[in-house]
Amino acid sequence: MNVRAIRAIVVKDLSVLRHSKAVLIPLIVVPLVMLLILPALAAFAPSLMALPGASDLSAMLDGMPAIMQERLAGFSDDQRIVVLMLTYLFAPMYLILPLMVASVIAADTFAGERERRTLEALVYTPTTDAELLLGKLLAGFLPALAVAWGGFVVYAVVANLAAWPTMGRVFFPTGMWFVLALWVAPAVAAVGLGATVVVSSKVSTFQEAYQIGGVVVLPIVLLVVGQAAGVVVLSTVFVAVLGAVFWAIAAVLLTYGARTFRRGELMARA
Amino acid sequence: MTRTHVIETRGLTRRFGDVTAVDALDLDVERCEVVGLLGHNGAGKTTTVRLLNGVLAPSGGSARVLGFDPMHDGVALRRRCGVSTETPSVDERLTGRAGLRFFAEVFDVPPARVERRIDELLAAFDLTAAADQRVGTYSKGMRQRLTLARALLHEPELLFLDEPSSGLDPVAARAVDERIAGLRDAGTTVLLCTHNLAQAQALCDRVVVLERGAVVASGTPTALAADLGASIEVRVAARLAAVTDVWALLADVEGARRLESPDALGGEPHEVRFGASDDAAIAAVVRALVHAGADVYAVERRAPSLEDVYFALHRGERPAPRAGATEGVSA
Repeated sequence: MNVRAIRAIVVKDLSVLRHSKAVLIPLIVVPLVMLLILPALAAFAPSLMALPGASDLSAMLDGMPAIMQERLAGFSDDQRIVVLMLTYLFAPMYLILPLMVASVIAADTFAGERERRTLEALVYTPTTDAELLLGKLLAGFLPALAVAWGGFVVYAVVANLAAWPTMGRVFFPTGMWFVLALWVAPAVAAVGLGATVVVSSKVSTFQEAYQIGGVVVLPIVLLVVGQAAGVVVLSTVFVAVLGAVFWAIAAVLLTYGARTFRRGELMARA
Repeated sequence: MTRTHVIETRGLTRRFGDVTAVDALDLDVERCEVVGLLGHNGAGKTTTVRLLNGVLAPSGGSARVLGFDPMHDGVALRRRCGVSTETPSVDERLTGRAGLRFFAEVFDVPPARVERRIDELLAAFDLTAAADQRVGTYSKGMRQRLTLARALLHEPELLFLDEPSSGLDPVAARAVDERIAGLRDAGTTVLLCTHNLAQAQALCDRVVVLERGAVVASGTPTALAADLGASIEVRVAARLAAVTDVWALLADVEGARRLESPDALGGEPHEVRFGASDDAAIAAVVRALVHAGADVYAVERRAPSLEDVYFALHRGERPAPRAGATEGVSA
């Protein structure tokens, strides 16, 4: 493996990204909303409960499965709402971050490179197909990991600070969240990369790759809805198994993507 | 592959579905040679470059480049080749210097030498002042020069230049030509794909003309002209006076042939334009004119150009087979 070349590809792709508004804006706005604004607002949830129409939230709380009720036992009503939102309901949404970062960057570095017609110079370099692919995957994976892990820390700080008046102690992160951040988030990023690599081999523009690749967000949306509806309850074991499933999906997508990533095929389509 | 052959292909073929982009190409390029690959758009020039760099797999035939099989030893081969692509293929969001630095890393230029080599090339291609500007702000000529600089970063033994002067203004095009001539003089082997026939004539030791992926002619421009029976074009300025039928007079001179319609003569003095097989035929025509009473003021002689050869081939004329040749045309 030509480590120098792989590193150069990663550095170059990330450097190019820094100058692309189409890529940077979602990468900045979405984490801001999900890591700062949403947890901060959650701190006000108990106050919102007092407002007219807030009975839905109470009803949802009461309608949670027994296992969830069990986990929330021992908390006051206000604390139950905060813990439910910050620990459970937002957990699947947190996974959107690594997925989105990986997908946006991969769409730019795979389909975008072809769209900008910069791919041809790259295929004439003394790199193997595997090195080219690995460089480009890392260019998407490393920032996704940085955002996921950095975001986890930021989220933990904001959640504890914002909920302090209600909780009166550090209550976050839980063991489930450590598994989510360290095991599932990288897997989700890998799924996003794999899906985008596969899609990028079929389309010719960044936008197409990003939009079509975006369908991988559906399982996460289902998790959000499932949990809100009380059908799914995230636990450490459930999350660990979920991570394994995502890793398996990522392995299939990346293996298939690697097969399509042949410089000859890329140039034949260019 | 013989010792001096840098490129050797035999029956090299590439098909895309029903379309044959490169058709049984036999090509030999020797070390330190500049060979021009000519042909219309879609003639197979760029596909040939891709095949020779191991970027595309052939559908048939074989190739050896610098002793390597491009498909099996592509990485080692590309380390020793430089390719200037037809589309500049430079990232607009990087600065010129950053783009070159990336390729220097990928081509494994020794770290201690990277910045010096980049500075050398930026200076050589008159890009120093713009080195730290984004490529998106560069003119087409600057991008083309940056592409050439990129191809030379690792001092390749073999250079593939795909339309290096495409879209350049005359001054920039000349600068590129001078640079290619410098590389040729320094001993770099160059395969030059171009539509620019004047450039090919000025720079190439040999040209290979492709049509629908197949070689239709190859050799030096002069040899090709001879093979095609192209004649020297001669323009004579003369006051014809008593000469009533100059075309009949020309018809009597061996090796001379009419290039214009009989009524094309005009002005005073008249300009008579004819083809001559050799210098003896020119002298014979001039003698005949003088003998018939014409006053000859000037004789202009123009040897057949590569353009003449190219258009003759385009009209469907083909070089006469040489002694020992079997079938087909190899280059």
